[in-house]
Amino acid sequence: MIEMSGAGFIGVTTYSEDSELLLELLGAGRRLADKLGVPLSAVLIGNVIDEEKRKEAIRHGADKVYVVEDPKLEAFGVEPYRAALLGAVRDVSPEVLLIGGTKRGKELAPRVATALETGCMSDCVALDMDSERRLVGRRLTYGGSTIAEVACLKKPQMATIPPKAFEKPAPSERTGEIVSLKVELPESKVKVVERRAKQQATFRIEDAPIVVSCGRGFKKKEDVKLLEELAEVLDAKVSCTRPLAADYHWMQEWVGLSGHKIRPKLYIAAGVSGTIQHVAGIRDAQTIVAINSNEEASIFNIADYGIVGDLYKVIPALTKALKEKLGK
Amino acid sequence: MVNIIVLMKDIVDLTEIKVDPSTQRPILAGLSRKISDVDKRAVEAAVQLKEKHGGKVVVVSLGDDKTRTALREALAMGGDEAYLLRDPAFDGSDTLATSRILAAAIRKIGDYSLILCGEMTLDSLSAQVGPRISELLELPQVTYARRVELKGDKIMAERDLEDEDEVVEVSMPALVAVTREINEPRIPALMNIMRASRKPLQEWNCAALGIPSEEVGAAGSAVKVLEVKAPPMERKRIIIKAETEEEAAKSLVERLIKDGVLK
Repeated sequence: MIEMSGAGFIGVTTYSEDSELLLELLGAGRRLADKLGVPLSAVLIGNVIDEEKRKEAIRHGADKVYVVEDPKLEAFGVEPYRAALLGAVRDVSPEVLLIGGTKRGKELAPRVATALETGCMSDCVALDMDSERRLVGRRLTYGGSTIAEVACLKKPQMATIPPKAFEKPAPSERTGEIVSLKVELPESKVKVVERRAKQQATFRIEDAPIVVSCGRGFKKKEDVKLLEELAEVLDAKVSCTRPLAADYHWMQEWVGLSGHKIRPKLYIAAGVSGTIQHVAGIRDAQTIVAINSNEEASIFNIADYGIVGDLYKVIPALTKALKEKLGK
Repeated sequence: MVNIIVLMKDIVDLTEIKVDPSTQRPILAGLSRKISDVDKRAVEAAVQLKEKHGGKVVVVSLGDDKTRTALREALAMGGDEAYLLRDPAFDGSDTLATSRILAAAIRKIGDYSLILCGEMTLDSLSAQVGPRISELLELPQVTYARRVELKGDKIMAERDLEDEDEVVEVSMPALVAVTREINEPRIPALMNIMRASRKPLQEWNCAALGIPSEEVGAAGSAVKVLEVKAPPMERKRIIIKAETEEEAAKSLVERLIKDGVLK
């Protein structure tokens, strides 16, 4: 535990309008609260918050649950939600405030941070308290090609956390306090005319479990057929690096810094050199396989398995081996 | 008629970044700079609204002497006036301090009904400056807008959220942060580039904006960057060696099956 006071700011507080993400925040928050030796709380905001949601937060680690209920909070609007969260935070005066990094959370957090004249570290994928009682976060910068370590020097120290960055803690039967707060709320200045559920018709490469990609090692567009045959056996999607799409127009879209960022179970890169711009798009792939004729290619440094060889020979051999092994 | 202020940032060309293998730090010195992609689309959106409804487009950027090139480009795209906010006291500003500087400039410009910016700049990826300025200027905010239209004294916008699309309506003055899907920015014609060199580009420092210097720069910031690195990836890095391509391929497939990646 850190032996130093929070100077009038006490505890770790969490908020997300997404109830799954809130539990992940409680997981991240619990660790920080334990390190600081302070309580962990959750703020729940809405028209009516049901009993189960309050208990769920306690089961997942909250010592206190603050509830702000008001008919103006029926649907998310940044002005009333800002006022509700700000009201709760002013009341609680936490040392650390974590907000779920959904799009709504990320339009809310800077508003609250500005009203409190403090800093907010966006999209932290790791968080810790250092020996000086500073909240230190790790977050992607430069389009995803680098990771920055940042610290919040003012209190409350704020961060937003993207979904799935932290584990949801296992629920346990524990006790906690539930406090209802009354906050004066404005009407929303932005009128929602229409809400449309997203159409899921278009396939997103982000959802493909296996992706095979070609890079400049391919000599001409027709050769991509080799990769398509491999993709068929694997039930995979085919993609490419930026030059092939943006410069040569072989495909519409690409994987990388300026393209799609994917996290498939398996990523096979053929004829891909492995610039940091491309790597930014595949950083979170579970397993990376690289095929390249240049054994010095930097793609091999970030691959789990590499085959040094001519892709025009290796890919057909791989397709054949897969057919045999997988019985297709 | 609509007077629009566009906030934009010129950033290093991300496609040029390389990593120093000994320190793992990105090498940023000497890289060319350009208008951050989403911000450029905010400029385009402003110019399109002006072309349709009349009015003027004022572009504002916090930067250094090189930022003049980016501002001139925005003027060539159709901007009418530009302001460069530049002072050594601004160095090291985080989103809190940056927003104070930009908000002060917007107050000083005064005559506007719409503020446009990109949802985030691609170097810092914070997505905070737009909402922070809304807070400071007490303006209604519309974020993640992929379509913006003017309807009388109101803005109609289509917002791109995770689970749904939202069509919203808001009275001006307002702040709208746009996404990269909103448009394809134009490439200015030579004639317009030449014209842009004669358009007004003014520079304001900390004193001109009337901000206490302790509220800006590193002194006025709450978030400090401790370290930036190209993150190492934990990978197996196994090179499969075999006599033939067939054997290498077979060995790879066996390993992937053994790892549970393939079934």
